[in-house]
Amino acid sequence: MTESIRFILNGELREVSGLPPSMTLLQYLRERAHLTGTKEGCAEGDCGACTVAIGRLNNGKVDYQSINACIAFLPTLDGREVVTVEHLKSKTGQLNPVQDAMVKCHGSQCGFCTPGFVMALSTLMHNCKDAKDDDIQDAIAGNLCRCTGYRPILDAARLANKSKDRELPSDVNALEKIQRKKMFAYEAGGAKFFAPVTGEELVEVYAQYPNATMLAGGTDVGLWVTKFHMDLPVIIYTGNVEGLRSIRETAEGLEIGAAVSYTDAFEALAAYDGSMLDMFKRFASVHIRNAGTVGGNIANGSPIGDGPPPLIALNAKLVLRSKAGARTLNLEDFFLAYKKQDRKQGEIVEKIIVPKKPAGVQFRVYKISKRFDQDISAVCGAFAADIQNGKVVEARIAFGGMAGTPKRATHAENALKGQPWNEATLQKAVAALDKDYAPMTDMRASAKYRADVARNLLKRFFIETTEPDVETQVYRYAE
Amino acid sequence: MLNKADLETNASIDGGMGQAKPHDSAHLHVAGEATYTDDIREPRGCLYAYVLKSPHAHAKIKKLDVSACSIPGVHAVMTAKDIPGVNDAAPVVGGDPIFAESEVLYAGQSIFAVAADSVDIARKAAAKAVVEYEPLPAILNTHDAIKAKKFVGDTYVMAQGDSTVLKKSKHQFHGAIDIGGQDHFYLEGQIALATPLENGEFHCWSSTQHPSEVQHLIAKMLKIPDHLVTVEVRRMGGAFGGKESQASLIACIAAALAWKSKRPVKLRLDRDDDMLMTGKRHPFHISWDVGFNDEGLIEGIDFTQAADAGMSPDLSNAIADRAMFHADNCYYLGNSKVTSYRCFTHKVSNTAFRGFGGPQGMLAMEYVIDDIARQLGKDPQAIRKVNLYDPKGKLKDRCTTHYGMTVEDNIIADIFAKIEKTGDYAKRREEIARFNRTSKILKKGLALTPVKFGISFTLTMLNQAGALVHVYKDGTVQLNHGGTEMGQGLHTKVAQVVADVFQIDLDKVRVTATNTSKVPNTSATAASSGSDLNGKAAEAACVTIRDRLIDFAVGHFGVKKDNVRFTPAGVQVDGKMLSFKELVQLAYTNRVSLSSTGFYKTPKIDWDRPKAKGRPFYYFAYGAAITEVIVDTLTGEYNFLRADLLHDVGRSLNPAIDIGQIEGGFVQGVGWLTSEELWWNEKGELKTHAPSTYKIPTGRDIPKDFRVALFDGDNQEETIYRSKAVGEPPLMLGISAFLAIRDAVAACGKPHCLPPLMAPATPENVLKAIQAVQA
Repeated sequence: MTESIRFILNGELREVSGLPPSMTLLQYLRERAHLTGTKEGCAEGDCGACTVAIGRLNNGKVDYQSINACIAFLPTLDGREVVTVEHLKSKTGQLNPVQDAMVKCHGSQCGFCTPGFVMALSTLMHNCKDAKDDDIQDAIAGNLCRCTGYRPILDAARLANKSKDRELPSDVNALEKIQRKKMFAYEAGGAKFFAPVTGEELVEVYAQYPNATMLAGGTDVGLWVTKFHMDLPVIIYTGNVEGLRSIRETAEGLEIGAAVSYTDAFEALAAYDGSMLDMFKRFASVHIRNAGTVGGNIANGSPIGDGPPPLIALNAKLVLRSKAGARTLNLEDFFLAYKKQDRKQGEIVEKIIVPKKPAGVQFRVYKISKRFDQDISAVCGAFAADIQNGKVVEARIAFGGMAGTPKRATHAENALKGQPWNEATLQKAVAALDKDYAPMTDMRASAKYRADVARNLLKRFFIETTEPDVETQVYRYAE
Repeated sequence: MLNKADLETNASIDGGMGQAKPHDSAHLHVAGEATYTDDIREPRGCLYAYVLKSPHAHAKIKKLDVSACSIPGVHAVMTAKDIPGVNDAAPVVGGDPIFAESEVLYAGQSIFAVAADSVDIARKAAAKAVVEYEPLPAILNTHDAIKAKKFVGDTYVMAQGDSTVLKKSKHQFHGAIDIGGQDHFYLEGQIALATPLENGEFHCWSSTQHPSEVQHLIAKMLKIPDHLVTVEVRRMGGAFGGKESQASLIACIAAALAWKSKRPVKLRLDRDDDMLMTGKRHPFHISWDVGFNDEGLIEGIDFTQAADAGMSPDLSNAIADRAMFHADNCYYLGNSKVTSYRCFTHKVSNTAFRGFGGPQGMLAMEYVIDDIARQLGKDPQAIRKVNLYDPKGKLKDRCTTHYGMTVEDNIIADIFAKIEKTGDYAKRREEIARFNRTSKILKKGLALTPVKFGISFTLTMLNQAGALVHVYKDGTVQLNHGGTEMGQGLHTKVAQVVADVFQIDLDKVRVTATNTSKVPNTSATAASSGSDLNGKAAEAACVTIRDRLIDFAVGHFGVKKDNVRFTPAGVQVDGKMLSFKELVQLAYTNRVSLSSTGFYKTPKIDWDRPKAKGRPFYYFAYGAAITEVIVDTLTGEYNFLRADLLHDVGRSLNPAIDIGQIEGGFVQGVGWLTSEELWWNEKGELKTHAPSTYKIPTGRDIPKDFRVALFDGDNQEETIYRSKAVGEPPLMLGISAFLAIRDAVAACGKPHCLPPLMAPATPENVLKAIQAVQA
């Protein structure tokens, strides 16, 4: 028995059935709802032409976030509100402040990316009472424009920011009516979709369908469909499981539920260690961070995910759960080999525990890629060193992009442990990195560049911890 | 009737010449209401197409059996042998099969196509075909092509005097640069929607810069006359040259399937297929030998340009020609020779891209200037100034290009003077030197580079345009011209011309979709020529109608011709004032034709290609930019701190649109030379075919401090309202960003070092150059 997908689209209740569970929101908007303002530019969440705002009920009000409609499966919108560019004009046909400013500042040329920018910025204006330049840059980091060179779009955002009228239209009552207390089960064309709301339902349905595809933010799984055209016969969506969506401070440290979005996790982690911020800013885009989850970034086992290296350096633990119970392991031990993880049948990633950082530990994480915004790392390096009286007591170093998995640099760590934190020790540790990694060449970087940069990032860590006045980062310099 | 006093209160029309009006579709863009080809409601029974691509860069097709593709929902399969006419979608000389026949020449080449009820069905059906290949060795770079003597066109030389005199110069050196290609990355991918009509006719919506060519190629493919095919373009979601010749393949495949299925067919390439199947900016390898004196004056130079054309000629010969035309940039080369190889490689056929070869030729020249300056230990600006064309100065003989054209108006010296002052060049040079002396890890760099870009199609025939103007009885005007709108604001500018001739507000002029049944035999909207050509053609059409209205008024009111004037307040007839609408209504009643075509051809140009001498360009557009960068010497990452742009658009038709072109062009040029890296593996497969792997600039990549100004001055030629073309030239201002990075890299080495920085300057290439100068 199937239920229909219920969501609010531009103020109207939609009840959808008969469409495959892996149909994307973008396909639905363009091909079914004939709302063609939302565009397809890449179908992988990298260009932002499909940006829409998603409203989610939160304690009697609606929280809006921008996401990429091109990789969001339609059933994940059940119980949510969708706002597209067609819904921004007032009832009398007046452009909203962002739209109006985009016209006045000549922010569109070919116009194809424009609806995406308008949605990204309208969502920002809704959420942020006074958007600073950096907020604006963040908001559009996932939106590509090939015509304007961005200056007029940034000007438009600054102009729109002066407006008082910045709310997205929302209808709490309509949204409340379509919330579910129990698991949502949907089926069409022989494919099944389950959205459990409790942890018990989740492990139960996973036990029933052990070959199901686990779907969290969909920023990776979405591409299995849009890029690799895979059929996904059974999907289990974790995004509505309340227990997986919380962040807790405990005596041991920070507990982050697997379905917590990166946007939410970053806030907590930045508070945990401020040096994370530089890396977080260049971790995907706002739209992807709003959808993508900490658990998903770990569970998919990518060697180039930017979540694991800093978490491994911080000695994070992973909690896995199945019907049989829970087990905890060190995060680094989860990654067995390229795309092979220590996850048994029926097990889901439940949460990540980041232990409290002991006093005296110096921590840095660096991401290097061709472009600052929304790029995948050539190398991501994280360094945590307990330096007491000029001596390295303990060191944990982890890299992404240097091996088939996110991996610790044990040789380099050993070269540091117990040694004075000086140039000679640094050189030994730098040399030891060659024993830790044999990186590969691909379109993001050559093996040589990866190895050179890994060594140089360790040098940067040394400089930043020993000569704090030396400028080492071009992006920080420009601020 | 209005009275004369209204004249004073209405000083100018709304939207006349030189006014910074918004793009005519801006209010639609922001509301999601602008219709692109994929947004058009499909006709009933529309099918969706999928193209099967070659996985090999070079292979024989041993077997192709598509019989298994006919699964439920499939309505047509087209292979090469099903094409009734000519199996070719090439713009000039052939070589671009719509479907491969016995051999594939690049990974991504179309083998056959399926039309079905959905793209999904079409894709699944295509996978059922049996295709057997015999892989063959592939040529993947210009070096191997030259070794194998594989070219797509004849090697071509432009020369002046005797370049071998460089061997007698006090200073000489040999240098070279690898220059990467660039994907257009228009946000709207290639798309066409073809519909069969009655009596053998076809209609095709195509996202193309060249509707007339699409029309002709569809007709040729179907073996039907051109008059049976109508091609229409409302707007493109970006093009940049990528839809000049490349759109034809997509439109032809859609039309072929429409012909076979007798149903409308839409073919929309997804991003990956778009990037794998269609051509890009040409990678080049350019080397040089140059001789110069103590002042840095070039005494002789010999360039060898090797263009990676890919698997077919496409537009490569014209593109390689333009790389040669711009080998001088703004400098008098004197004894010089430019040799150009058009190399065949087993890669997608490279094509037009904003600048059309000019950027590569120009980058090499600026690299030479930079090298001379570094060798002599002088500021590059000193070297630039010594070598400028100087038609007005003391050295009057230094004004002939290596292709025999006289540079009449080199205004670069004036632009330099202004931008050096507004950009605080000398002072910042010193500040940067100071910073670099004390900064341990981060180094700054600064560069000022000029642009001189020739305006006209170098194939003289193409410099013509037509327009069609209708004036309706209510005084509103419909304008159609041969140009296409890809975001550049062409329709807005041409509408402003029309509004100006009739002296009516811009909102009275509506530009309709480009349509081959309205204006025939058009040239591509390319070579920055859109407003020059179509503006003049529209003006001609409007002047014809205006003259008819004047003649009518002269007869009707019995006044002298000189006393009928079109003013912002209306049409003044002696002492009386009629609104435009009133005059038009009166003229209609008296049976005056209110519709006209207009035509324009560019004067003065004369290019003798066999002799490599003449005047290929009507005029030059100029500009200069100063860019400042900070580089991380540990990782090669960088960030642009400031850029100052000063660009010459003649008398601007619309400053807002022109500034948009300048900024956008600059940022696109910076992208080409920095983060945009096309990466093929050793099998010839492109691995950067979507934005996850191919990185165009984002908002954060633009200079933190970004200053843009228009250079004040009219075009000395009689162009439309003395304006200048603006589409391509500003892209090359981005060269300043590349040389700024090189300047910062040089700060890591010994004095006089020549950083071997290759383009694009990805962080990896920057770090490599840093390591080289530190070695």
